[in-house]
Amino acid sequence: MTTVAAPVRDVADAVGLVPDGATLMVGGFGLVGAPLTLIEGLLAHSTTGGFTVVSNNLGEPGRGLGRLLLEGRVAKAVGSYFTSNPDVVAAHQAGTLEVELVPQGTLAEAIRAGGAGIGGFYTRTGWGTLLGEGREERVIRGEPHIYQESLRADVALIRARAADELGNLVYAKTARNFNPDMATAADLVIAEVDEIVPVGTLDPEEIVTPHLFVDTLVLSGARP
Amino acid sequence: MNGKAGSIQRDIAARVVPHIPAGAVVNLGIGIPTIVADLLPPGHAHLQTENGLLGVGPTPAPDDVDPNLVHAGKQPVTARPGASYFASSASFGMIRGGHVEVAVLGALQVDGRGRIANWAVPGKPVLGVGGAMDLLVGARTVVVATTHLAKDGSPKIVDECEFPLTAQRPVDVIVTEAATFRVDPDGLALVALADGVDVGWVAAHTTASFAVALTSVSA
Repeated sequence: MTTVAAPVRDVADAVGLVPDGATLMVGGFGLVGAPLTLIEGLLAHSTTGGFTVVSNNLGEPGRGLGRLLLEGRVAKAVGSYFTSNPDVVAAHQAGTLEVELVPQGTLAEAIRAGGAGIGGFYTRTGWGTLLGEGREERVIRGEPHIYQESLRADVALIRARAADELGNLVYAKTARNFNPDMATAADLVIAEVDEIVPVGTLDPEEIVTPHLFVDTLVLSGARP
Repeated sequence: MNGKAGSIQRDIAARVVPHIPAGAVVNLGIGIPTIVADLLPPGHAHLQTENGLLGVGPTPAPDDVDPNLVHAGKQPVTARPGASYFASSASFGMIRGGHVEVAVLGALQVDGRGRIANWAVPGKPVLGVGGAMDLLVGARTVVVATTHLAKDGSPKIVDECEFPLTAQRPVDVIVTEAATFRVDPDGLALVALADGVDVGWVAAHTTASFAVALTSVSA
């Protein structure tokens, strides 16, 4: 992880760092807080695919990650809510997309834990349901829990409002969502931002993602 | 119960409002629960939305929509004075950790022990769960807001759910356009009826057995 200035790359260079078959974490709740410039860049400047995508949703029909899916670049999706994109349902039924459904809070915590060096955790969420079947169980303080392994990725594609030249990040309202957690949980973290400001411009009290998590910056071009 | 669909949803939401204590931290699910927000007096409760905001305010005018400011149903909202933003892991830490006092959720079915099914339908691909399971295990009080009958006219409050359960934990209160049930350790108790509804109507349209413990005619 970088401790000097996070290099700023153009989109084509940045997506060139994404290897074929990579596990990608992609920020966003629907399209809000999704790194759309980076996703568009993957479509325009890279032919890599076979991705496992960890993201709450898989975009919307033909938008964001939904386009990556339609291009046949996604092999597996790990997330909490895919029914808002009928293309995901169709791809799953056609057998071209593997889906792993995870309760949203368990997904967020698995990412957080993966970034914090934790191998896994026990949660009450999902116990006694279809999603808890086959899981290791443990009673803690009298309540049954199920085991969840933490998540890591090869590359995280995240979206923030602004960075300073070191890579410190601040976010925009509910566009924050999964982005700060994903920034901690991948070997390579590419942050798409609206602006890059000089070091010292951001108030240390307002920085949400400290720069040591961020490897490279890309200026945002596209808009939803 | 003969009104238009939209007004039934609003009637149910109105019957949920008395279950929201002043000053409580409340998470409102998608669908009927969302309507509750419009019926609460401004500032009555602190609304939490799991995509990372405590202090949800009213829907903005079209010119004031901020694409970065939405609730969990992905509709535009505003932030009230005193609001805060946070990451998804922190948001669900609040939920699972017991820091949210009331969650209001929709349901496809509710069983005789007050357990709900609201995320998957047999025979259809199971591809969406969202935060429902986390809210059910984590919120201190769970209110379910649902139509009394499914679209085909069959009861939604049944002995055993045929749809997959969202959690083993029962909800605390079931609110429909016709009736309000309290969930007791030994089963459901009918505690309130809507205007024009009697116990006979509820019995004829509820498969699960219930005790009658009416505390008011209309609540």
